[in-house]
Amino acid sequence: MAGNEISAAATTSVAARAQATGFLARRHYVRWPEALPWLIAIACFFLFPDRMTFGSQVLVMVIFALSLDLILGYAGIVTLGHAAFFGIGAYVVALAFLRLGWSEPISGIILGGLVAGLIGAAVGWFILHYRGLTLLMLTIAFAATLQESGNLRSDITGGYDGLPGLSFDPLLGIFQYDLYGHTNYLYALAVLAVIFFFVRRIVYSPFGQALTGIRENVRRMNAIGSPVHRRLVTVYAISAAIAGVAGGLFTQTNAYVTLTVFDFDFSAKVMVMLILGGTGRLYGAFLGAFVYMVMEDNLSKFSPTFWQLGIGLLLVFAVLFARRGLAGWVEDVGHDLRRWVKR
Amino acid sequence: MSHYANIAVSVLFDGLAYAMFLFITSVGLSVTMGLMNFVNLAHGAFAMAGGYVVVSLTRSLGIDFVPSLAFAAVAVGAASVPFERYLYRRLYKATDLEQVLLTIGLAFIAIASFTYFYGPIPKSVPLPDWLQGDVNLGFRAFPTYRAFLIAVGAALIAVLWYAFERTNIGAKIRAAVDNRRMAESVGINVDRLFTLTFALGSGLAALGGGLAIQLFGLTPSFAVIYLVLFLIVVAVGGLGSLKGTLLAALVIGIIDTGGKYVFPVAGNLFIYAVTVIVLLIKPAGFYGRE
Amino acid sequence: MKLVRWLGFAALAVAVGGAAQAQTVKVGVVLPFSGANADLGHQIDKAFDLYVKLHAKDLAPYKVEIIKRDEGPPTGAQAKTVTTELITNDKVQLVTGFVFSPSAIALAPVITQAKVPMVIANAGTAWITNLSPYIVRLSFSMWHPAYPMGPYAFSKIGCKTAAVAYTDFPPGKDSVEAFKTGFEKAGGKIVDSIPMGSPVQVPDFTPFFQKVKDEKPDCMYVFIPSGAHATGVMKAYGELGMRKAGVKLIGPMDLVPDNKLQDMGDAAIGTIVMGHYAVDLDNAANKAFNAEWHKAYGADSYPDFMSAAGWDTMHAIFDTIKKLKGDMSDGAKVVKAMEGWAADGPRGHVMIDPATRDIVEDEHAMEVYRKPDGKLGEKIVGTTKQVHDECKVLKLGRCK
Repeated sequence: MAGNEISAAATTSVAARAQATGFLARRHYVRWPEALPWLIAIACFFLFPDRMTFGSQVLVMVIFALSLDLILGYAGIVTLGHAAFFGIGAYVVALAFLRLGWSEPISGIILGGLVAGLIGAAVGWFILHYRGLTLLMLTIAFAATLQESGNLRSDITGGYDGLPGLSFDPLLGIFQYDLYGHTNYLYALAVLAVIFFFVRRIVYSPFGQALTGIRENVRRMNAIGSPVHRRLVTVYAISAAIAGVAGGLFTQTNAYVTLTVFDFDFSAKVMVMLILGGTGRLYGAFLGAFVYMVMEDNLSKFSPTFWQLGIGLLLVFAVLFARRGLAGWVEDVGHDLRRWVKR
Repeated sequence: MSHYANIAVSVLFDGLAYAMFLFITSVGLSVTMGLMNFVNLAHGAFAMAGGYVVVSLTRSLGIDFVPSLAFAAVAVGAASVPFERYLYRRLYKATDLEQVLLTIGLAFIAIASFTYFYGPIPKSVPLPDWLQGDVNLGFRAFPTYRAFLIAVGAALIAVLWYAFERTNIGAKIRAAVDNRRMAESVGINVDRLFTLTFALGSGLAALGGGLAIQLFGLTPSFAVIYLVLFLIVVAVGGLGSLKGTLLAALVIGIIDTGGKYVFPVAGNLFIYAVTVIVLLIKPAGFYGRE
Repeated sequence: MKLVRWLGFAALAVAVGGAAQAQTVKVGVVLPFSGANADLGHQIDKAFDLYVKLHAKDLAPYKVEIIKRDEGPPTGAQAKTVTTELITNDKVQLVTGFVFSPSAIALAPVITQAKVPMVIANAGTAWITNLSPYIVRLSFSMWHPAYPMGPYAFSKIGCKTAAVAYTDFPPGKDSVEAFKTGFEKAGGKIVDSIPMGSPVQVPDFTPFFQKVKDEKPDCMYVFIPSGAHATGVMKAYGELGMRKAGVKLIGPMDLVPDNKLQDMGDAAIGTIVMGHYAVDLDNAANKAFNAEWHKAYGADSYPDFMSAAGWDTMHAIFDTIKKLKGDMSDGAKVVKAMEGWAADGPRGHVMIDPATRDIVEDEHAMEVYRKPDGKLGEKIVGTTKQVHDECKVLKLGRCK
């Protein structure tokens, strides 16, 4: 009797372990629901051909939110100054065109990303010794300092009137930028796809696991000899580079950039989008940016003056009723559905 | 008086007045963040609400400026209690991020609601005669309103210092900031304490909002545009520290004023430079605990 | 049953017939309705609404359909997105509004590509009109009030020396540059030039003004955005007792916008501004405009220079629709029709210069005083007739 129970328990625990290791082993596999956002994005292209200017803005924000998710969601670095790197990318692309005649778009955003990444590494090395409110204020101060310095040298940056007159080569030498923003949309979607699969690889790699460890318990990671600071700086630089790419894309799709890209509001907005969508789950960036921007757009059409009320209510309700963000909520619903189907 | 002494006096006086505004508006934020570790980005919304209460009382009901200020502080303090009880309380154990989302949401709602009732045009308040013009202190004249601001600030500091350091409740608050669990285990009702300090902080913010109308004018977006400034004062001073918040307000207020006077081209760079330098040397702020 | 069917058919016929009969012109209005500058958007929007309400019937058989969108913050990005959508999605035939210069700058390539005219009701950076042949400006350039203020301040107000203080963003720099050009040409001397922070946050103006007070110039020329900043400037100026100390306050009309004037108190009295509008401007069109405004928005609501430009903007759009018999499909033709448009509006006689597509208007020197009824008012103390954008006349920098 007793022996049976033990062996039964042993069997279940072996089975449970197999299930658990199976889950961990397969965790990074591409599952079919992951195709959904991409199918929707492509469907939007055909369903709303007149709204692609807006669509490309949404995609740029998704990339930006994704860069934030990498540090906020996976490494637990809280920042309200991420617009700094977005802005650096945006200005690198604009200035490279105006000063060096660098008009090829794809290499332009790569350049923007590289510069933002390098600056991210340097800044990160200094500020990532700190955590919490201190880190938050240092990130705010960094973005604000860039903005103020930019205004001091408005002969270079164009100040708040910005740098107009940017025009870039046709994409791949073939596709012209049309009024409807079709080229821009597909361009942004392609960039997003590349970046997404890059980020996905990172978070499921051992490096990504170490980051999650740091987020969950930095003391233990220190204790087991993980090079915490170096890893944080690395991921911060990668994230800065991605934000820089988003910024470069922003400049190219708008053909214009002003110093307001460094605004505190902008840093706060992308953070709100990400938390709304759900942090640490990649698709949170998609959902958050999409839902926030579509809501903002529709509400501001409905009431140009009071749309903020709707956004405010959305945020409050999301916190109260969808604690893990919209993506978490979608997961829960999916989970329930699956159980229901099985039954 | 020599030219440079004159400049120094101007900067100190104007900086002091500005510092008092910063202190009054930020001190509540510092205590709530220190006590409950709650990131309250809607703090500026309470200041804005206080400003509008003052506008309504003085403009529509013809009540004097000073009693209106007092009433605004009490009213907004009281009105903040249900927010704490029914919304904030649910998120004490939640992450910073969820708190950010909730409070930014509340700030948005506040901006839209006040725009609905008061419109977006900047409001100002009628001042009584005795607050207008300037007072002559023999060697030079100072704007009366700013002197008033400094006096209000000094009085508040005295009251807060006494309440914090010399009363039972003050001792409880300090104990809870230092070690919440320990305070609870010796029988302090930290929840109630927090409701109290939250109301006090919001009331002070409302007072600051009312006092600021004369300096900046009042629009609904007051709720967010000065938020970073308040956060800087809190972070530089150290969470939950009265002394720290005061010192930070003084340093930021005077350096910013001096910077604007001597080297206006630099804009807000001085504020950010001070923030970065202080935080790099003392990450927890002047009087924060590491 | 049959009756219902026939009624339905009749209703449909009327609806279709009606739609076919009245030619509807779609106009996109892009103004900041939310955020820190919502106030500015609303001043113009009220004027638009008022004009449309009063004159929609004059337009028959044509109709206008107004689609409003939020211009958002002064970044250019949101304005560009919503305006592009107005063009691509809503198929508007003309866009108007635009408080912020960056919005117009960001959109210049779009409207050139789309061939849709952009009628600017505010954005004042001088060189904007050069960016696209489809831009027409009904409001002003920063140079309109600021340049004539230079010689006027020197010879009439008695400013031999002046300090300039301005909000540190392009319109501020533009305005100061224009004043300086006019003032120095007349023989004046600028003793200091003080940038006063960003347009987003109203700063504490006292340290800047204290500095000026210590420098003791005859006059202080101030440019700030006409929203919350204006009230703050007046308070700081009054508190410091600068008028008593002999420093006169001068500037463009943004300093004393009509809708904030009554809040400014005694400190404002004696301030002399240069501008093309004040509610006290004495002409028939303005009297009617003010009467209608108060009727629609209440006795405590005042139009300001932005509203006046908004009114003229809608007036010009309506006149153009009539002139082209409702056919606004060809953007180039619309712009052509607007060139040379002239009318007597609240600002007095205004005209669109066919060479630059920019406005030509009278600039008045106006002094703030206490009216017999106890309210503050602006008294016209000097007028420069039919002023062009001097930046383009002198062909300076990007105005070439």
